[in-house]
Amino acid sequence: MATATTSEKAKQKSDIFLKYLRPRKGMPSVWCAGCGNGIVMTAIIRAIDKLGLSKDNIVMVSGIGCSSRMPIYLDFNALHTTHGRALPFATGVKFARPDLKVIVVTGDGDALAIGGNHFIHACRRNIDITAILINNNIYGMTGGQGSPTTPSAAFSTTTPYGNAEKHFDPSALAAASGASYVARSTVYHATAMEKLIGEAISHRGFSLVEAVSNCHTYYGRLNRQGDPVTMINSFKEKSVQVTKAKKMSPEELKGKIVIGKLHEVDTTEFCDVYQSTVDRLDGRK
Amino acid sequence: MADRKRVLVMGNHAVVEGAIYAGLNFYAGYPITPSTEVAEGCARELPKIGGRFIQMEDEIGSIAAVVGSSVAGAKSMTATSGPGYSLMLENIGYAYMTEVPLVVCNVQRGGPSTGLPTKVSQADTMQAKWGPHGDYTAIAVAPSTIEDTVTETIRAFNLAERFRTPVTILLDEVIAHSRAIINLPEPGEIDIYNRVKPTCSPEEFIPFEMTENLVSAMPAYGEGYRYVVTGLTHDPMGFTTNKPSEIFPKLDKLRNKIMNYREETVKIRTEQMEDAEIAFVAYGSVSRAALQAVDLARKAGVKVGMVQLYTIWPFPEKQVKELCANCRKVIVGELNMGQIVHEVRRVLPGDIEIHTLQRYDGEILTPLQLLEKLEEVL
Amino acid sequence: MGALLDKIEIPSDRFELRLSGSGGQGMILASVILSEAIGASDQRNVTQTQSYGPEARGGASKSDVVISPNEIYYPKAMQLDMLLAMTQESLDSYFPNLKEGGTLVVDTTLVTEFPTDNYYGLPFTQLAREDAGHIMVANVIALAAIAQLTGIVSREALTNAVLKRAPRGTEEKNKKAIDIGFTEAAKLKKG
Repeated sequence: MATATTSEKAKQKSDIFLKYLRPRKGMPSVWCAGCGNGIVMTAIIRAIDKLGLSKDNIVMVSGIGCSSRMPIYLDFNALHTTHGRALPFATGVKFARPDLKVIVVTGDGDALAIGGNHFIHACRRNIDITAILINNNIYGMTGGQGSPTTPSAAFSTTTPYGNAEKHFDPSALAAASGASYVARSTVYHATAMEKLIGEAISHRGFSLVEAVSNCHTYYGRLNRQGDPVTMINSFKEKSVQVTKAKKMSPEELKGKIVIGKLHEVDTTEFCDVYQSTVDRLDGRK
Repeated sequence: MADRKRVLVMGNHAVVEGAIYAGLNFYAGYPITPSTEVAEGCARELPKIGGRFIQMEDEIGSIAAVVGSSVAGAKSMTATSGPGYSLMLENIGYAYMTEVPLVVCNVQRGGPSTGLPTKVSQADTMQAKWGPHGDYTAIAVAPSTIEDTVTETIRAFNLAERFRTPVTILLDEVIAHSRAIINLPEPGEIDIYNRVKPTCSPEEFIPFEMTENLVSAMPAYGEGYRYVVTGLTHDPMGFTTNKPSEIFPKLDKLRNKIMNYREETVKIRTEQMEDAEIAFVAYGSVSRAALQAVDLARKAGVKVGMVQLYTIWPFPEKQVKELCANCRKVIVGELNMGQIVHEVRRVLPGDIEIHTLQRYDGEILTPLQLLEKLEEVL
Repeated sequence: MGALLDKIEIPSDRFELRLSGSGGQGMILASVILSEAIGASDQRNVTQTQSYGPEARGGASKSDVVISPNEIYYPKAMQLDMLLAMTQESLDSYFPNLKEGGTLVVDTTLVTEFPTDNYYGLPFTQLAREDAGHIMVANVIALAAIAQLTGIVSREALTNAVLKRAPRGTEEKNKKAIDIGFTEAAKLKKG
């Protein structure tokens, strides 16, 4: 077969997106131009397409926030729920229908502040859900308030004199809480992100992909980090591969974003263990 | 099984019996007195029939998991008490908006706040109607004995599935923790209603279609109908909307799908109302004291009767009005500072005297107290 | 008391009994066993209610059983036909609820002051410890004595219900407890 021309390649690419974007739902999205959410959504689409999963068997669950609008745009079974509660809703879906692939899209405020308790317990249960946490260090939808991942001293509309609090490391929190697959990537590393999301979805157990992203509209503007391109390029400069990071000192890692597969353990999954109990009790009334 | 016929059952376990009879296959909950035996019963029984039980991290997570499982096709419930019910309200509101059938059993205890964990109350009557924010129409039922806790639980599931809406069972601590020898219903004895599934192709499917009875067909996830479920106000396609022309019909749907068919929700027990000059109006465990009081007062020659509300919401106003039409006086007994009495007052004509008997000290109204009140108003 | 209340009579088709003691003496379990024994043996209606609260952790504990051939309207006791008091505190608290001519059964191991001379007294706790081999079966001895004294349930039905609830390995102790209860109560009746 002859090599495809540039325009053919572009068409193939857009065909993939058209296959996964929800018909009868007009764009534009609520996302600002240059928002990293689009890059993450693209990575999810590519990963799912590569895995060859049926759209009918994917449930995408979200809470409230900019990133949480994603299930409305994608042509899967969509559950757009209440603020912070995506994981328990997803737990209900998965536990009732373990044959379905359940993907949660969440943000740093949604998952770690109002939903923090659900987050650690979903990890602890090791239920087979893939959570994609788009971490942009701020509340976007409500207009730039501080979140649990807003760094110390950083500015937001609710930390106008600099953040007095410390921040969570979502990936470390997930691993410590019992998640059996944890990875981090940034919107600069779109191809690596696609690969990690694919691994996470294929992993049996609770998996987290922390997608470091830019909110230039609020975080970037309030902290003088420049336009989307500048911000996304800064992720490239700050990122360190996990293999390299292992050889670096805490001082050297200060301000760095460690990317790659951070944590993976082979352990039993919640629905599987429960099902074995059901099988054992079968007919014992 | 032969020995299932006559059994000693605790009120909270009667909820489990009724729910499983109705087809319950998913329970998510969080322990709270005095409802915990419902969770324990489900934890023990559901895996035996291939169902699912999960103890969540809190009540918010519990109701969220219940909604998620119902959208995925399960018949689902949770049980809790006042503080937990308060925590669940936002996601119960989500279920009203997204029209997800589910059952919440609120085993009422004294409040507000932590209140009286082991004492009886009926003070969540109004909360079952107006708990979540926003406009919607609620359905709530109130059992009064162990036997009718089984049947009212079945009815709660049937109403939830029929109307695609959350239904609250307002149980109280007295019933929850008492036991009685009861006859469990035989399989097939009580009809079970299941949600209507779409018959059209996924391409033609309109998830929140304005059907003739305003209840839209509901597929389960994984059946090929990929649609959007969102708590944002949405159009019939499920897509979010800010248009007044679409907001009106959506909210009207939430109300009218129930209010246009409210007769289907009504259940009332009457006792000696044919020639009654005075009527007790009661619900839940108070109606048992009222029944006893009517029996005793009749033997002493007083023309008194009782109207017991099994359906609390929508308030059965037509029935209460008709049944009390020939009474001179009505006594409303409640374990709160006066909640359902406002509805009774609203629907009865001004020439009927309305008296109240209210107890909110964690104890049940006794037949003697009702008789004393009766004597006072005679 | 007014004219109406003077005319009120608690219906005689109800038999109301209260099992009372302190938390840990197995009063609620005893009432459950009694209810199950009646439910399994005949068509009478039974309701069982209990005081449930902080007192279930060591303080006073009571459980009521109402038995009737007809529909039981009010599930709690209104006027006791029978009271079992395993402690002084429970006797003092609930004796006023016993109707005139009602049956009073008292554990004389722990009770020293009696509000009436008209009672059946047996040292249930002592009998359990010394004769049956375990203090845990005091409630079963008391149940057996109640069955003997009132005839509300047959020995066979009670034995079946006790054994259904007895933890594995305690069957013999429980059978012995029933025997002690019936035998000792029969002696009281004769005396």
